This record gives sequence, structure tokens and C-alpha cells, in this order.
Amino acid sequence: MTLALVVLLPFLGAIVAPLFAQAGRTAIAIASSLPPIVALAALYPHWSTLAAGGVLVQTHEWLPAIGLSLSFRLDGLSLLFALLILVIGVLIILYARYYLKKHENVGKFYSLLLLFMGSMLGIVLSSNLLLMLIFWELTSVVSFLLISFWNYKQDARRGARMALAVTGGGGLALLAGVLLLGQIVGSYELDDVLAAADTIKASSLYPVALTLVLLGAFTKSAQFPFHFWLPHAMQAPTPVSAYLHSATMVKAGIFLMARLYPALAGTELWFYMVSFTGMATLLIGAYTALFKHDLKGLLAHSTVSHLGLITLLFGMGTKLAAIAAVFHVINHATFKASLFMAAGIIDHETGTRDMRRINGLWQFMPHTATLAMVAAASMAGVPLLNGFLSKEMFFAESLNLNLPGIWAYLPPVVATLAGVFAVAYSARFIHDVFFNGKPVDLPIYPPHEPPRYMKIPVEILVFACVMVGVFPTFAIGPLLYAAAEATLAGPVPEYHLTIVHGFNLPLLMSFLAFFLGLLMYTQRQRFFDFHARFREIDEKAVFEAAVSRVVEWARRFIEVLENGSLQRYVLLLLLATLAVTIVPITSLGFNVGSLGISPIDLPTTVGSLILIGCALGAAAMHRERLYALILLSVVGLMVALTFARFSAPDLAMTQLSVEVVTIVLLMLALYYLPSWTPREASLFRRWRDAIIALVAGSGMFLITLAMLTRPLDSISRYFLENSVEGGGGSNVVNVILVDFRGFDTLGEITVLAIAALGIYAMLRETKLTAPPTDGQGHPWSTDAHPTILKQISRPLLPLALMVSAFIFLRGHNMPGGGFIAGLITAVAIILQYIASGMTWSHQRMPFNLQTPVALGLFIATATGLASFAFGYPFLTSTFSHIHWPVVGDFELASAMAFDIGVYLTVVGATLMILASLGRLTNQSEVKPGAY
Amino acid sequence: MIAIALKITIVMVSLAVALNVYRLVKGPDAPDRILALDSLSINAIALILLLGISINSRLYIESALLIAVMGFIGTVALAKYLKRGSVIE
Repeated sequence: MTLALVVLLPFLGAIVAPLFAQAGRTAIAIASSLPPIVALAALYPHWSTLAAGGVLVQTHEWLPAIGLSLSFRLDGLSLLFALLILVIGVLIILYARYYLKKHENVGKFYSLLLLFMGSMLGIVLSSNLLLMLIFWELTSVVSFLLISFWNYKQDARRGARMALAVTGGGGLALLAGVLLLGQIVGSYELDDVLAAADTIKASSLYPVALTLVLLGAFTKSAQFPFHFWLPHAMQAPTPVSAYLHSATMVKAGIFLMARLYPALAGTELWFYMVSFTGMATLLIGAYTALFKHDLKGLLAHSTVSHLGLITLLFGMGTKLAAIAAVFHVINHATFKASLFMAAGIIDHETGTRDMRRINGLWQFMPHTATLAMVAAASMAGVPLLNGFLSKEMFFAESLNLNLPGIWAYLPPVVATLAGVFAVAYSARFIHDVFFNGKPVDLPIYPPHEPPRYMKIPVEILVFACVMVGVFPTFAIGPLLYAAAEATLAGPVPEYHLTIVHGFNLPLLMSFLAFFLGLLMYTQRQRFFDFHARFREIDEKAVFEAAVSRVVEWARRFIEVLENGSLQRYVLLLLLATLAVTIVPITSLGFNVGSLGISPIDLPTTVGSLILIGCALGAAAMHRERLYALILLSVVGLMVALTFARFSAPDLAMTQLSVEVVTIVLLMLALYYLPSWTPREASLFRRWRDAIIALVAGSGMFLITLAMLTRPLDSISRYFLENSVEGGGGSNVVNVILVDFRGFDTLGEITVLAIAALGIYAMLRETKLTAPPTDGQGHPWSTDAHPTILKQISRPLLPLALMVSAFIFLRGHNMPGGGFIAGLITAVAIILQYIASGMTWSHQRMPFNLQTPVALGLFIATATGLASFAFGYPFLTSTFSHIHWPVVGDFELASAMAFDIGVYLTVVGATLMILASLGRLTNQSEVKPGAY
Repeated sequence: MIAIALKITIVMVSLAVALNVYRLVKGPDAPDRILALDSLSINAIALILLLGISINSRLYIESALLIAVMGFIGTVALAKYLKRGSVIE
């Protein structure tokens, strides 16, 4: 199975799993666990290749023009992360089954969880940096939805918003960084980027690219000073915290650093930026964790500190440090995920997470207590547990840094100090929660052990902690080696995964950390008092204030620019256009090109004069709406005649049909407007606007004059030459619409359908009060459907349909086609609406108006897709000629099926829009006899 | 012969169009204007057919046909608006 399918599986699961929501939590949990289990099975056969140092890259083209390809890569590093994501994912799915309550929206939860799993897999398996970015953004968005899962809580919404703003903002920086990298390397494929390490580091853009990429990584992995979002994301349900905020999402930044380690690391800049950020995060996180009374708050800050530790290891730049970093990723994921789950169990069983109230739980839940204590001991770095091993490696590496002078002491001191805090907060987690007297005022008392299966995920993870801690080489050796090999992209130095390396300095540092940590815990009250002297900064309040300030600025800016006056928009638009074009147009002047001006004849002159006069009249008379509308109709008619006069019969026909539809539409709207409006603009404004309009119009005239009097070699020559040969039709306009530019047309009719549906949906519930009299105060006629009109208009329908069919059929070769035919049909039916009423017409139409729209879109899309069946690209057309009796030689083009789609969509959409507006009138109909 | 006839008819129909526009502007009432618009579109049919004859093309017949259909429906819609206010009910 291909890697693309592995990534796709959870996404499919996200669609399918919610269908099981009705069947209960167990059913949906089983359904949701299938995709990761199948994915694990699919990855298994590749293990032997990877263990031997092989790399699996699968590439499918997507958008080669911008360097974006669907390429996936499986090597030791991505396998390690994929395993973390999938295995812990399965455990979380099981755990969440018992964590979520019956009435909660489990369908949404599991769907989002699987979406997240898929996005995360996408990040670690992508071999194209742009593709990775897409998944990166997806994780930000999905994590936003997961954190705000309990969206009725204000804190959850705010925490989610903060996480999205920080990680999404980092994603933007990363996008810029990746684009720069792509520019330096000339490719976004990971293989090329890793191979071009020297080019990248030598490039003058390297510092910028590195900073941007690291910004992305640091925000995602909650590094100082962006770490504040992570504790606030703890408003999420605990399975989410365990999954996203300990094992996977916050490791995405770490993964990025590991992935690009060969390409970016090894410079001074990398060293200082990464290691100092890591050091600061490590200390701040560890220090803050001690003072959190909230169980999850403690774990969150501890996570921040451990992420800092991993970052620091990557920053050190030595190969052994990078291996230790990868190792700690595994260890931290296992012990922290199990701790989060244990915290969730405690929250579940006691109803609170406040450590000042939860005490002495050992008596109530010894099983859970044992598991949590082992995991916490691993977090503290107790020997024989996995946390100890990577921490020892970390201590050893901190001693090996070649920093000048007194600075050489900084890393080991920071490391030991962080170790002290880690021991202290781990001790607090163990002692405060499980011992330390009796529980205080618990909402649920007495607490019980959770359901059996809720503990299984914790047991499995704790078992892994112990196994790795006792038999490191056996339990994790090959995987770690493969991951290290992939991270370093080169030879792996010798390292030993043994429990004790003998009595040396790192071990001494560990002992020191233990001793001081326990001492600190016993003296914690003093530290609490000390810490309480500082004012606590509420990041959420600061963040919210900043957000509302930005929103306020944006609102003011919009108010200045967009005040709702259409006149103003036109004014600004014209002024802006004039500002840009006035100089070239003035220098162009009255410029007649080589073709000269064609001779003037009488009908054209009369037509143009009428056109100009009526357009001016419509503007002058705009306050008398019906009059202006009639003048506009004349303008439309004259424009259509102009099209016809200058050999564009297609345009003329379209213009004529659109004209009628527009007039009916405007009259439907006019009904609700006063027939006359008072003059509002001042004399100055009217003159100003008139002058601007005159200047802009003259500019347009000069450009058009210059354009039309020159021979122009445009793309139309290609269409003219290839129309018959390539599209099988001699009407170029139609061939362009349904063949050359078929994809555009498909997009356009889709937009038309969406617009029609939107109007239908928005107006469905709207009710307007109809004016009781017309503008002059006369009552309306009571005869809604005059008999003569009915009798004249009914025979018109078949006639108009025949015209429409004729124009449709010959459209490919002569003026016409689906669009015009659709409009004619629509107008013919509108006439029935007008003459006989909507109810009468719809009784005779055995379908609702959405049907033709949907059917039309379906036919058009299906025609396009049919090309795939013959191995051609989307919307490839074909045609042949058949001989029909009576009719004669007849051409059959696949584009005709497409044209039927266009036809149906146009008919349905036009009618739906007008009928929606007409229905407004119906609901508010003035009853006959009311006056 | 036909060429001269064409020229004369085109001038006359153009004149008719101009007169239609005069009535349309002058009014005095909405029904007058609607009637003027209707006869204007009929004269437009004549113009477009004459144009087709003068350049010897049959393509314009459909356009003329369409003007006939659409002009009628436009007039009906306007008249309905004057009588009932709501065009589609």
C-alpha cells in the first residue's frame, strides 16, 4: 500500500466514523480505531527496509509548476513519529470512549481526532515541504476545533483562539521560510533540500530562512516566548491534551527541527538561536510547573520544559545530542501521555483537578496511583525508567559544549537546575495527589477506580516506560538507530543504551538534582510564598486585549474605506483608475491608428445618438425609477443592435435575453421601493461627480479609439483556426464556451448555481409588506391574471421552446448554444409566471427548481469526468457526424452534453432567482376586496 | 433597384426610431413610455432585418425573432407592473 493511502486512511475515517455515533460510544470507538490499526499494518512490511537504512519515497505529481507534489517519504525518523501518532492515537481512542460522557457529541470528537491524526501523519510523512505546510496548517486548524470542543466554555474558546493565533502565525512564518528555502535550493523536495545543505548554509538568505523556519517550529512546540498558549490549551478535553499537547502536535516543531537538521543545523546561528531558546524554555517551564495547583497546568508547564530540553539538545549541534533529542521525544511522549490520561482519570473520578483538594487518593485508587507514580517517576528521571536514560544523555551532552570561558558552566548548571525543578514538581504530583492526608471537599466523594478499559492505555504506556528503562537496547534500540540515522542523514556515531555508564559526572548531576529536588519539595511553602510575591500575568487577558485592539483598528480602517455608500465606491474606483492612467492617456491623446475611422452611416448614427441620449437620460432621471428603467431598456436594446451591426450575433442574442430577465428582476425589486426619491446630493457634489464621470468616460473613449483603429494580433486567431478542427464546431464563441474554455464555463455555471441557491435560501423566510397603492396613490387592479393575457401567452410557450431547441441544437456551428437557449426557455416560463401565476405554472412542472440546477451541474461535471474513462484529461471533447433520416447530416459532439448541462443550470438558476423574489410578493399579497 | 429601396427604408425606419424615442422622452405618462418602448423594439426588428438584407446574411433573422419574443415579454412585464405592482405572483 502506498504512503499516500496511509495518510488518507484517517481522513476517510473522519468521514465514516461519525456515522456510528448513533450506535453508541463503543461502536464509534471501534470504527475510529480501524484506520490507525490498518495504517500500522500497512507500515509494518516496510520495517525491514528501514531497519537496513533504506528510505522509501513515493512521488505523485500535483502542481509541478509551483513545485508542489504529492510526495511521501518513509524513513527512520518519519516512521518513529508515525508510530507515536498511530499507537498513541489508538490508545487515546480507547481512553476517550470512557472519558466522554454519553450525551456529548462523540461523532464530532472522533471525527476531529481522526482528522488531526491524518494531518499529523501528513506532516511526518510528507517529502515535499509545501505539502508538509498544508498538513501543518491543518493541524493548527483541527487543534483549534479540538481545544474548543466544549465550545460553551468561554475559557475553552479563548484558549483555542490563542493556540490558533500563535501556531497559525508561526505557520505563516514557516511558509515564508520554506519558500525561501525552495528559492535557495530550487526545489521543495526533501531529498533536494537535504542534499543542498552546503548551498543553504552558504546562502545570504540563510539567516532569514532559518529564523522564519525556527519561528514556525518554536510556536508549534511552545518554545519561549511563545510557550504561553500551551497551558491555556489545557481547556481541551483530557484525551486531546494527552494526544495533541504531549505526544503529537507540540512535537511537530521538534519534528521539523529534526527533519531539517542536516540542512540547517551546524552553524553558529543555529546553535545560539536554538540552544538558548531551548534553555530558556526548559528553565521557565520547569520553574512555573512547580507552582501550578491545577493538575493539568503542572503537566502543561512540565511539557513546555521538556520541549525546551529537546530543543536545547537539537541546538547543541553534536550528533550525540541529536540522538538524545530523538530518544527523549519517545520517552516524553510515553510518560507524559500516560500522566495526562491519569490526570484525566483523577479529574473524572473526583470532579476536580485542584491539587490542594485532591489528596490521599492512594486509598481510593491504588491501581491508578501506581501507574501515575511510575510515570511521574519517569518524568523526574528515576533510574530504571526511560526518562532517566535520555536525561543522563542530556546531562552528558551539556558538559560537552565548547563554550568560551565561564559560559561553559551555563548548560550543565541550567540542566541540573531544571532537573531539580523536575524532581520537585514530580514529587509534588506524586505526594500531593496520592498521599498528603485526606481529600478536601471533593465534588465526587468517595472516588473510585475508573472502568477497567480506561486504565488499559495508561498501563500500556507505563509498561513501555519500564521496558525502555530496563531493556533499552531490546525495546527501542533498532527504531532509535533508524531514526537517528535519518535525522543525521549520515553515519551514526557510537552510543550506548545502558542503564548505568559507571559513576561519572552526569550521574552525580542526577543525584544532586534528586537531593535538591526533594529538599525543594519539602520546603515548598517557602518557594510558594516567594513566588506569590510576583504578580501573576494572565496571558489570556493580555492576549484578548491585544486581539480586540487589532480588531478595533481593523474596524476603523474598514469604516474609513468602506462606509456603505455605493456612490463613494464608484468615486474611489474611478479616481484610483484615473490616478494611474491619466498620464499615459493624456500623452496618447486623440490617436487614430493605421486602420482609420470607418465611414459613418445614418442608422448607426441614429442608434448611437439614441444610446448616448438614453444612457444620459437614465442617469438624469434616476430618481424616477420606472422612467429610468424604461430608458435603460432602450439602452439595452441599442447595445444589442450595435452588437448585431458589428457582426456579433451571439452577443446580440445573449444581450436581448439577459435584458428581459434583468428588467423583470428590477421590477420585482421596484415593487418594494418608493417610485420616486427626493434629491439628496448637493449641487457641488453633482457637478463634481459629473466632471469625474466625463473625464473617466473620455479616457475610456480615447483608449477604445486607439485600440480599435489598430490591427491587433490577439489570441482569437488561434481559436478561429482551431475551432472546427479541435472542437468540431464552426461557431467559435460556442466552441470556446463549451470546449476550449470548458473548465471556465463549468466554474461559472457552478457560481451561478450557488448564487441561485443562496438567493433562494436567504429569501425563503423573508416576508415583505407590499405597498397598498402605486406611486400616484391608485389602488392596484384586482385582476391578477387577465384572461386575454393568459390566452395569448400560453401558445407562446411551445413556440419559444421550439426557438430555444433550435438555437441550442445549432449552437455549435451557428450563433446560439446552451446559455442563450437556457435564457430563452427561462424567459418563456417567466411569461407564464406573469400571465398565469406561479402556482398555476408550478402545478404543471413535475419538479422543483433545484432539480434542473443540480442535474445540469451533474451532467456538465460528468461529461468532464467521462474523459478520464478514456484516458484523457478532464473535459477533453470529442465529436463525430452521424446521418439522421429527414434531418440529414448531424454532428454529435461530447461538448453538446456539456452544453445541456449549461442549459439546465441556466434555466433552473434564472427561474429560481426570479421565483424567490416573486414568492416575497405572494406571501404579502394584498387580498382582493381589501380596498 | 433593391439597393435604393433599402436606403430609403433604412432612413425611414431610423426616423421612426427617432420618433419613438421622442414619445418615450416626452411621455407624458408611464403607459405612453411603455408603448413607445414596444414600438421601438418593433422598429428595431425592422432595422435588423434590413441590415441582414443589405449585407445578404440570414443570421440576423434569429436576432429579429428574439427581439420579437423578448420585446413582447418585456412589455407584458411592464404593463403587469403598472396594473398590479407585483410582476410575478
